[in-house]
Amino acid sequence: MIKVEGLTKRYARNIAVNNISFEVSKGEIVGFLGKNGAGKTTTMRVLTCFLPPTAGKASVAGFDVLEQSLEVKKHIGYLPETPPLYPEMEIAEYLTFVAKLKGIPSNDIKKRVDEVCERLAISQARSTIIGKLSKGYRQRVGLAQAIIHNPPVLILDEPTSGLDPEQQREARQLIASLSGDHTIILSTHILSEVEQSCSKVIIINEGKIVAVDSVANLHNRKRATESVLIEVSGAPEPDVRRRLEQVAGVARLESRESRDGNVAFEVFGLENYTIRAELARAIVQSGWNLNELRAVSESLEEIFLELTRSEKSKEEVVTQ
Amino acid sequence: MKNIMTICGKEIRGYFSSPIAYLLMGLFGVIFGFFFYSATAYFVLAGVRSQMQGGQAQPMSVNDYVIAPMLGNASVVGLFLIPLISMRLFAEEKRSGTIELLMTSPIRDWEIIIGKWLGAMVMYLCVLAVSAVNVSLLFAWGQPDWRPVLTGYLGLILQGGTVLAIGEFISSTTRNQIIAGAATFSTCLLLWVLSWVSSYNDAGWAKAVAYCSILTHFEPFSKGIIDTKDIVFYISAIFLGLFLTSRSLESLRWRA
Repeated sequence: MIKVEGLTKRYARNIAVNNISFEVSKGEIVGFLGKNGAGKTTTMRVLTCFLPPTAGKASVAGFDVLEQSLEVKKHIGYLPETPPLYPEMEIAEYLTFVAKLKGIPSNDIKKRVDEVCERLAISQARSTIIGKLSKGYRQRVGLAQAIIHNPPVLILDEPTSGLDPEQQREARQLIASLSGDHTIILSTHILSEVEQSCSKVIIINEGKIVAVDSVANLHNRKRATESVLIEVSGAPEPDVRRRLEQVAGVARLESRESRDGNVAFEVFGLENYTIRAELARAIVQSGWNLNELRAVSESLEEIFLELTRSEKSKEEVVTQ
Repeated sequence: MKNIMTICGKEIRGYFSSPIAYLLMGLFGVIFGFFFYSATAYFVLAGVRSQMQGGQAQPMSVNDYVIAPMLGNASVVGLFLIPLISMRLFAEEKRSGTIELLMTSPIRDWEIIIGKWLGAMVMYLCVLAVSAVNVSLLFAWGQPDWRPVLTGYLGLILQGGTVLAIGEFISSTTRNQIIAGAATFSTCLLLWVLSWVSSYNDAGWAKAVAYCSILTHFEPFSKGIIDTKDIVFYISAIFLGLFLTSRSLESLRWRA
């Protein structure tokens, strides 16, 4: 549905997107993940024909963004980072205007406006002036304008930014409910969001793609070794450290902060050792209190940080 | 065409849902009303005087003494008020980010540009319409020739269209409405005073410079003369303004 090949976008002084390629097939929800300024918005703007690429090709629904931009625009619903709203208009008035812009036949406009209002639960506010809406409502109206012409492709730039947790949850559910009929690309820097709503992740850093994978595969990239967080009370730290280091399979220990004068460590195991049971036994046999023992799994966040960090250090090596 | 009307309608609603439309109409009404009052007062005074002097006084024409100077003044007021109409056209969209909606919708750049220009024209016509109240009073109590009145309004409309096209271009280059308004105003002022050059210099270049003045082309209209060269001037200036706007939008895509 979306195909990007060797896309580069250069601004006057810096390269925002550097030779990226990826593909999104029909019905997928793809999370575009990256720090601020990584090139997410630029890529989206190229896909929506707002900016032309400096080099490379991009096509949406089989239409080239440069050659057939009008066709591309017909097939896309786009929610920019700040929803493009006219504060002086009422919601229904605004949606009617957008519907006309998107070329919906005038007979269907009223029906479509009613439908999207219903779908986004803004029906009861449809004659409210947009300028008076809360941030959450604005975001919903923004989403409504993106889906009003029922486009096969949806491009959402940080659809949940600035919302409170409750609204974020609602927005995610909404996006998930759209996934059936639409191919969706959404950008975010919130990792849990990608874990929850996307089937595929594209991690982008400093204008380059550092990983394209399914969420499940990214999770499987766990280190082969186990790491355990352990909290003990009733003993001085050096004693605990000495005892734990004697446990078979322990590679090293790192002190962690803890409350109430307890002792806490993150314990890293050697490859192919299961150390949790042994650790627990060692503590209990020493007559200390075991307050907490839990496996630290590598979250998407760590994978993300690792990927973006390693990219940077690689570059440093090159410049040296 | 449908897209142009969509954009145009949105612009008109934009003007009338904010105080700017009513403010402009009110301001123009007051200023034009004052011109009307002073022109008629002067006309009455001059009429009384010529009667007192007796003799074969020429019958005084309402057109020459009231309507022509009044429309001339209106065209100057227009130069001051029109930047207030045009300044928001693109600057506001760029600031609020709604330009992204327009430029990612399946409509062409020139449809946006012409739609916005037409919307601003309608706003300008509404402002001009306020003056019709005063002019119709002249028709109620006098017998002015209606033809120069019509050509005068035609001139005002063409001149307004020109300034709006220039203003639209300037508005598309910035995201700050104040800057757009101020720059349009200065440009208009300059285009106005260019005509002064010909008063102290009659070299060929001076004539060329004076020819560029917006106001020199208006004067014949207020006297009831429709000259092709004036119409061509205004229409080509409108096209130039709209063309520059389309270039500016295009460059917005490439620079952004």
